Amino acid sequence: MSERTMSPVELPAEPAAAVPPVGEPGQAPTSRPRPWRGLLLTVAGVVALVAVVVGLRETGWTQAGAALAAFVLLYLGLAELGRHRFGASFDLTLWLCVVWLVLLVGSAIAAPLLPLGEHEDIATTMMDPAMARPDLTSEFPLGTNNFGLDLLSRVVYGARASLVVSIGAVLIGMVVGGTVGILAGYFRRSTDRVVGIFTNSLLAVPPLILLIALATVLEPTLRNIAFALSLLALPSMIRMARASTMAFAQREFVLAGKAMGASSSRIMFRELLPNVLLPLASYGMVIVSVLIVAEASLSFLGLGIQAPAPSWGNMIAEGEGRVFEEHPHIVLVPGTVLFLTVFAFNALGEKARKRFDPRSAKL
Amino acid sequence: MSTTVQAGSSPPPSAPPAAPARRRRRRGGGRLRGLLVRLAELVAVLLVVSFGTFALVSLMDTDPAVTILGEGHEPEEYAQVREDLGLNDPLLVRYADWLGSALQGDLGTSVVPPYHDVADRIAAALPVSVELAVLGMAMALLFSIPLAMWSAYHAGGRVDRIVSAGTFGVLSVPSFLAGLLVIMVFANGLGWFPRAEWSRLSEGVPDNLYHAFLPALTIALAETAMFTRILRNDLITTLQEDFILAAKAKGMGTVHVLVSDALRPSSFSMITLMGISLGRLIGSTVIVEYLFALPGMGTLVIGAANTGDYVTVQGAVLLIAVIYVVTNALIDLSYGYLDPRVRRSHV
Amino acid sequence: MTDTSLRLEERPAAPAAPLLVVDGLRTVISTARGELNAVDGVSLTLAPGEALGIVGESGSGKSVLGRTIMGLHTSGPGMTVTGSVHFDGRDIQRLPARGLRELWGASIGMVFQDPMTALNPVKKIGTHLTETLRKHRGLDRAQARARALELLALVGIPDPARRIDQYPHEMSGGMRQRVVIAMALANEPKLLIADEPTTALDVTVQRQILDLLDRLRSELGMALILISHNLGVVAGRTDRVAVMYAGRVVETADSRSLFDRPHHPYTEALLAAIPRLEEAPHLRLEAIDGSPPDMVRPPSGCRFAPRCRYAREDCLQVVPDLRPADDAPLDPAGVVPPGRHLHACYHPVDRSGES
Repeated sequence: MSERTMSPVELPAEPAAAVPPVGEPGQAPTSRPRPWRGLLLTVAGVVALVAVVVGLRETGWTQAGAALAAFVLLYLGLAELGRHRFGASFDLTLWLCVVWLVLLVGSAIAAPLLPLGEHEDIATTMMDPAMARPDLTSEFPLGTNNFGLDLLSRVVYGARASLVVSIGAVLIGMVVGGTVGILAGYFRRSTDRVVGIFTNSLLAVPPLILLIALATVLEPTLRNIAFALSLLALPSMIRMARASTMAFAQREFVLAGKAMGASSSRIMFRELLPNVLLPLASYGMVIVSVLIVAEASLSFLGLGIQAPAPSWGNMIAEGEGRVFEEHPHIVLVPGTVLFLTVFAFNALGEKARKRFDPRSAKL
Repeated sequence: MSTTVQAGSSPPPSAPPAAPARRRRRRGGGRLRGLLVRLAELVAVLLVVSFGTFALVSLMDTDPAVTILGEGHEPEEYAQVREDLGLNDPLLVRYADWLGSALQGDLGTSVVPPYHDVADRIAAALPVSVELAVLGMAMALLFSIPLAMWSAYHAGGRVDRIVSAGTFGVLSVPSFLAGLLVIMVFANGLGWFPRAEWSRLSEGVPDNLYHAFLPALTIALAETAMFTRILRNDLITTLQEDFILAAKAKGMGTVHVLVSDALRPSSFSMITLMGISLGRLIGSTVIVEYLFALPGMGTLVIGAANTGDYVTVQGAVLLIAVIYVVTNALIDLSYGYLDPRVRRSHV
Repeated sequence: MTDTSLRLEERPAAPAAPLLVVDGLRTVISTARGELNAVDGVSLTLAPGEALGIVGESGSGKSVLGRTIMGLHTSGPGMTVTGSVHFDGRDIQRLPARGLRELWGASIGMVFQDPMTALNPVKKIGTHLTETLRKHRGLDRAQARARALELLALVGIPDPARRIDQYPHEMSGGMRQRVVIAMALANEPKLLIADEPTTALDVTVQRQILDLLDRLRSELGMALILISHNLGVVAGRTDRVAVMYAGRVVETADSRSLFDRPHHPYTEALLAAIPRLEEAPHLRLEAIDGSPPDMVRPPSGCRFAPRCRYAREDCLQVVPDLRPADDAPLDPAGVVPPGRHLHACYHPVDRSGES
């Protein structure tokens, strides 16, 4: 049983702190990449992209593959540049999502003003080439469909339809769901019970089945579709509003209102509603992508927006069967756009959830 | 061996009986009462759903008589058809009639050619859908559990990040699009698997599985992505618990710790997950059947919706809703039963 | 580490080969704020069957020390371990994962602090025991179960046959800790590391658990490292005590000597802080002013100096080494004979309370 002596500790250079100075918190000096690599990659990417677009026309998959490689280069380059300029926490993906959504919503809103080709009147496109491949330098940058309709403009008008319907559904859900939820949360007891049963009944039918059932009996107008979609969002909106209301109804400012003789509706409207609005709105943003997918599925099945009016769903449906093999762009153009949009919404929603509600940032 | 007197601790309550505790109220009677309340709510929901499904028809913009006879007939003929269909009776009476028949297994006759008996058609189509859904779910579990375990164990590592990005991407692809791509690559392109054919289970299992593989795989894609993500997060949380460290400190191997210690507590959230994803699963099954042109509930319902055959739609939706609600309730119940922590009552 | 470090081969044979030799152990943890020196140069030895108490306040690094000794903390992402830990001749820090797993549960057992969370809530008590028995001893199911029953009885759990199939939540904290101890001892390890084994328990149960550890140690001839912030836990139950502060051992001696005649001001202050029954109840408790140093940027010189009432100029310059109280000559190999009282202080407290 013996002890051993301690060896002396390395002496500090000065009597003061022995730790070397650290830079800004969380950032060591070496993590900022040089701009050279970023610039090089970006330039390489742009050059490659131009070369692909101009030089590899009409080569189908080769062009697509090469374009993808060029995009990857571009992405890596921009990411490096971004990290250099804005710091290590720069996330290019998120910014790209924002850019995409801005482009999408912007062009959807401005659609009638943009110089787009014909998107639904097949009478005017009789003479235009049908099933033309995408060619960014031609008159039909994303190609045409079976009836000669320009796919680019169809994609934009499809976005318009999808967004209108989805956002409309969210708004209906917020208004109706918010109201019902507040009523249920405020009055409790039997009101709450009834609302609970109604909500559970709505949830008792799987979403797509509900939509299909409604599509059987309703005319596929934009209004009806928005209404049907709002039913998907409704139960969650009701629950959220109810939960918020119940949490807030205990608080002093509500009790104070009651003590001053305020009527129930006044309390609900003035005190509770503003507090309920925020969670509803944030949920609304998250659920837009779900509704877009639901609308696309419906249109794909022929139960939603009817051809020739474009919706990404029914555009994809045009590619069913053997069409897909011979003219993959019919499916891939709207499909890619749909994927990117859903991806962008999901990514932003996830980020927002992480920031504002760390507990539920799990997908 | 000496038995130490334990001055400080009194023995805890003994092991409880097997029945699950639904509500934590009084003993004995509390449990039963809780169960009955849930049952009552269940029935209420089913009634509302069935009524809603039935009343759906009243939302129709088109007259069913026109759907059946077509345009250009005399008003009396339409009136006659409406009379025959019983459309002039009060709503509740018609509903009661319909529900009564439904409970006896009669879901009416389709109003469009070829005028099938709805219950028969559903009975033929249901097994196909159920099989696809079950296979799809099984595949999803098979893929997602190892994937989630690997990701969670090496959280933050390369595999984890790839899996994370991959699942996020898959979840952003709508199921009908994924199905189309799968068909294009595997069925039409490579020709490995068939499309638009079906072989019943009764005609032989291997053949049936061969036909079911691709559609089940398509269904499994989205489910796998979702399960993997949630299970991974859950496992990461579990892996930070003290008992994992204690197990490691006993010298137990990595796989053992993962499966025996980490997976078990997470299996309850998995069951809950399965319950939650049931709705999405049914939706996926419908679309996939339609894409693969298989004779299941999906094709049935979509076809009926397209032709305005509301009777079939009513019957199918009712059945699907009932299955969904009952399955969810069973999952709830089993959850309470399986978790030993919940199993103990009223402590 | 430096010249004075000893390699095992060079040492003259000690009366009984030490079971555990820790040499210049340093554990550095990467945190958001910087590198945290949790264990900042610790050396000690342990003979077979000996009980060592490690005492220190929260943040002194004692738990990290315990885990590093065990090998639960090794160099990897976020953590750097330097120095060596030789257990039974093998360097634990250099062992591959498989080697560690063979040691853990078989030669070294660890008892963790919180019995409420150390057991898997969805596993039966019996399974906790049988799985380690079957892994390390290759017992079959029946043998393992029988042995598990023995173990439960050994740690003083009444009615083992009923308890073995229960779940952790059906037991009280004290009983759970007994199970944790049983788990650690299942394969009769040579060394048991107990990290605050009684902190989460009631006082009466604490004593029972400590008595249990005592008894088991003598029955099984096991070495014990008892880590605690509570001096009372360690007094009388250990052969030697090492007092830790800011990642270093500041004093070590056999238990009796340490409590009778502490040398280091910190130890003295710790002992003074214990409320005494004889004293009048209204007297203020003697707390130690200040708080432990930030181990991301530790102060130069003695780490306790800022809080030490005896501190002088030279204390702030260079960190004091651990050296024997009487400056008796060390032999050329630097080995200190057993039983010596060591302290790391330039101005240790002497009998009269001055330094």
